[in-house]
Amino acid sequence: MVKDDRKYSKTHEWVLRSGDTAVVGITDHAQDALGDITFVELPKTGTVLTQGKECGVIESVKAASDLYSPASGTVTEVNGGLETAPEAINADPYGNGWLFKLSGLNETEFDRLMDAAAYGAFLESEA
Amino acid sequence: MKRTPLYNKHLALNAKIASFGGYEMPIQYKSIVFEHNATRQAASIFDTCHMGEFSFCGPNALGDLERVLSSPVGSMKIGQCRYGFICNEAGGVIDDQILYRMGENEFFMVVNASTESNDFHWISDHLSRDTITENLSAQTAKIDLQGPASPKICAKLMEEPIGKIPYYHFTHNRYRGERVLLSRTGYTGEIGFEFYSTPELALKFWDDCLAAGAVPAGLGARDTLRLEMGYPLYGHELDEATNAAWSGFTRALGEKAFIGSGAIRAEGGRAYRLCGLLIDGRRTAHSGNVITTPAGEEVGRITSGSFSPSLGHAIALGYLRDGYQQVGAVVSITTDRGALQATISETPLYRKASGRADIENYL
Repeated sequence: MVKDDRKYSKTHEWVLRSGDTAVVGITDHAQDALGDITFVELPKTGTVLTQGKECGVIESVKAASDLYSPASGTVTEVNGGLETAPEAINADPYGNGWLFKLSGLNETEFDRLMDAAAYGAFLESEA
Repeated sequence: MKRTPLYNKHLALNAKIASFGGYEMPIQYKSIVFEHNATRQAASIFDTCHMGEFSFCGPNALGDLERVLSSPVGSMKIGQCRYGFICNEAGGVIDDQILYRMGENEFFMVVNASTESNDFHWISDHLSRDTITENLSAQTAKIDLQGPASPKICAKLMEEPIGKIPYYHFTHNRYRGERVLLSRTGYTGEIGFEFYSTPELALKFWDDCLAAGAVPAGLGARDTLRLEMGYPLYGHELDEATNAAWSGFTRALGEKAFIGSGAIRAEGGRAYRLCGLLIDGRRTAHSGNVITTPAGEEVGRITSGSFSPSLGHAIALGYLRDGYQQVGAVVSITTDRGALQATISETPLYRKASGRADIENYL
């Protein structure tokens, strides 16, 4: 499942923009591939992230995976509920399973991300 | 890559498939945690047709197996199952297996899939000439029905009363007009059965169990369930280079003479010991991770690790050096992504499993 209202990275994160701030999460495809998510390590509030760079870790019962920031910016808030209930990412990857919020979004970088149609095609090509 | 007779059932259930022991096996259907919890709380079925089955009979079968297996064979009653190792001369483990005593000199053995062919050759090379052995793996299907609801499901599907089969015992029954073997064994810690039949009949049993409410469970849940119980997985906790004494499974190591017993007793099981570890937090340790004291001295290695769905935190098994095996001691585990703190624990790590309970309480 892919949502039309946001943009996507090749490492299966999504960015939902609102002005120069944004919410970041992982896609439905990513949560399904990982299986039951049991642990997340997220960047701390105030951390400056660079697009495409490692910014955390996601572990599931069967795998561990690095998390890459789909956009540059400063972390303004992290989803603290995931510390004890990371399964929210499996249940609702585009909603309650959001990971963190960013401010100071870079316009040019954001435009380079895939829209829903392009990400859908990217998933097809990877399958 | 081989497929079990149930392969098409897994595809129809949208299972995620991966290779295990030379077979394309279901890793999960819906989710590992869901299947794990269904096994602890209700009932699940596992396709275990990949495992190997052998039969042995003849006047010297008992004596032969007594020499080939680490566990006592002569003291087994007819109708009893017993866990034990097949060891090499150096005391390493060629495989772990469960032996069924079918008659005075008649036995049935279940072994791992990846080691089946090697086991059969090794055992055959160590039998008397008049011991007749057969590799039944291709013609034998096996489904594990596990969990507190499994006795009710089993009783409903079998044509004869299932009776009071005790833990680690077996009986024969009739299912859809054919004779089948049922044992009170499994790899989950929960009360349940291993069902043996022809491949054709197993297809029906699979469907009948699903219709009766059992959840299909894959190798992912099988692994988290066995890890919570501290059960070894061949290739992780046990292998040909690891002395069987270190496993700490003293009941699987008889006081008799058997192949490898000299090396096992000479070692004494002191140098290393397999220990359970309760990890603080949810992060997983992996096979090969180094275990150290809080001061940083290397004292062992992790063999298996996972998040424990039943306990809500990570757990592991690992070999710890002599002098560092104290239950309650705190150790550090070095992972690729930082250090984890853990407490050495007795096994099982999960203590509420129903496996050894009386069947009557679940009917």
